[in-house]
Amino acid sequence: MSVKGRSLLVLAVLFLAGLFAFTRFVENRYIFFAAYVVLQYIVLATAWNILGGYTGYVNFGTGAFFALGVYSSVFLIQMFRAPLLVQIATGGVVAGLLGLGLGYLTLRLRGTFFSIATLALAVVLQTFVINWEYVGGAKGTTVLRPAHAPFFNNYIEFLFMVMGCLAVGSVAIAWFIEHSRIGRGFAAIRDNEEAAECTGVPTLKLKLLATTISGCLMGVAGTPFPYYLSFVDPDSAFNLSYALNSLAMPVVGGTTTWLGPVVGAVLLGTAQQLATVTISSELNILIVGVVLVLFVVLAPKGIVGLVQQFVQRRRA
Amino acid sequence: MFSLDLLLNAVVAGALLGGFYAAVSLGISVTFGLLDVVNIAHPVFVILGAYTAFTLNANYGVDPLLAGALFAPVFFVLGVVVYRVYYTSFESKGEGSQGGGLVFFFGLLFIVEVGLMLKFGVDYRLVEAPYIGESIHLGPIGLAYRLLVPCAVGLLMTLCLYLFLGKTFYGRAIMGVAQDSLALRLVGADPVRVKTLAFGISIATASVAGALLIMISPVEPSIGRAYIGRAFAITVLGGLGSIGGTLTAAMILGIAESLTSTFSGPSWALAVSFGILLLVLAVRPAGLFGR
Repeated sequence: MSVKGRSLLVLAVLFLAGLFAFTRFVENRYIFFAAYVVLQYIVLATAWNILGGYTGYVNFGTGAFFALGVYSSVFLIQMFRAPLLVQIATGGVVAGLLGLGLGYLTLRLRGTFFSIATLALAVVLQTFVINWEYVGGAKGTTVLRPAHAPFFNNYIEFLFMVMGCLAVGSVAIAWFIEHSRIGRGFAAIRDNEEAAECTGVPTLKLKLLATTISGCLMGVAGTPFPYYLSFVDPDSAFNLSYALNSLAMPVVGGTTTWLGPVVGAVLLGTAQQLATVTISSELNILIVGVVLVLFVVLAPKGIVGLVQQFVQRRRA
Repeated sequence: MFSLDLLLNAVVAGALLGGFYAAVSLGISVTFGLLDVVNIAHPVFVILGAYTAFTLNANYGVDPLLAGALFAPVFFVLGVVVYRVYYTSFESKGEGSQGGGLVFFFGLLFIVEVGLMLKFGVDYRLVEAPYIGESIHLGPIGLAYRLLVPCAVGLLMTLCLYLFLGKTFYGRAIMGVAQDSLALRLVGADPVRVKTLAFGISIATASVAGALLIMISPVEPSIGRAYIGRAFAITVLGGLGSIGGTLTAAMILGIAESLTSTFSGPSWALAVSFGILLLVLAVRPAGLFGR
């Protein structure tokens, strides 16, 4: 592993240690919840960026993949109170398969078909869930979370740490992809798919790999949700703000590196958590929408791109 | 449960609904099929049109159809502005900017939808006109004017657009702009101006469709989302850029949805368009009338 890779590994360990200390010293429940949401958005934004940023294929259905993870957990809990690890693995596999299937049906054609299909996907999945009484139907269901967890004061702190590990894990996956042959293949697709295909890049396979990994991580992000909130209903699981935020965060942060989605998730996520205290959630979404359009029109390379530009200009 | 009358009524209601769906989808057929611009915010302009019709109707008692005819030019200008921003930010930068454009329209969709929510709230709004609520009966089949009028207007819009695209210079220029913009320049038409014109027309049709929508059923800001899947399913099923195909596909979807909601419950109707979209992409991506 390179020096840079090793220092990043140290950084990841320090980050997790910091989160652990956070569970020990922070008493305020609201701050705790807000930090959980930000971590969750790091997973979602990174997952979105693996497909949307690296290959350039836009997914509008993050909410659907996320909710699939949420509801696969609800299903497993209803069935036999499956352990969290089983829930996470199942949610990841199911959402990954959905990504693979949707990608297979739509990506052989023009890429925009994939985007359009993801837009419709959330509406349809929500219809299924509303009609499925076993997981609570339209009115939702209450989930009893386990009372204790090893090494932690309570289960909430444990779930917080789990989400921290998932965030670090997904960023690590994004980092490895970026620094591998796969990542170069993805970039080739983004820059010019026809040219990539002509020079022997297996574009369809790579695109399907990207939709699968991306979908899988989005599903994984949703799996701890039922235990964390202990109440799940279609409106909260399919909330549109997931689709908007997980797209806006990488675009605002910068889509070409692993750092962009993290920066975007931390900035936009924290700002929104602070803002929900003072302004309505509609106004919140409106602001994210405006910020998104401003960035995509005026600074398509995001914050990371702006900083890079600034640094280069200073050097020159 | 099953009866012939019920079936007939469902088919007729579906066909009428299809005429309205055509009005919603025509604009997408032009932008997506002919200009290669994927305007996923199209349905939100439909909703914006519906609220404009509501405002004019509630405050000044203007008939929704007349309102639609009045504000269509305003929406044309709005479409021109949106396309100008889109063009300078994405299209003029060439290849590989499709993703950025999609994100742009996605953001626009949220801004308009939430803007309407903040202005009008999430209550359902409706319009009043003497013919809404009336219906005529042909034997066992009931035809409600609130469906009949939108269907008739939808058919008229389809016919006008068909004639405009096929018979006029600018219409033909729109048909050709995505295929060969150099040839277009040689006959003296500026491709960017042609595309701007087409996009403006597309948004104008969306606004008129909005006036029709609020005639059919009460409207709240987020129902536009349900039309994204529908409108794109129709355009793809019809074959991209084919106006006749769009009308046929709209009828098919309208009837399929009407049958589904009559016999399996209204909540499944939304799944129909998604199923059709995936089926067409898997089996025949060129659509029914695609080249």
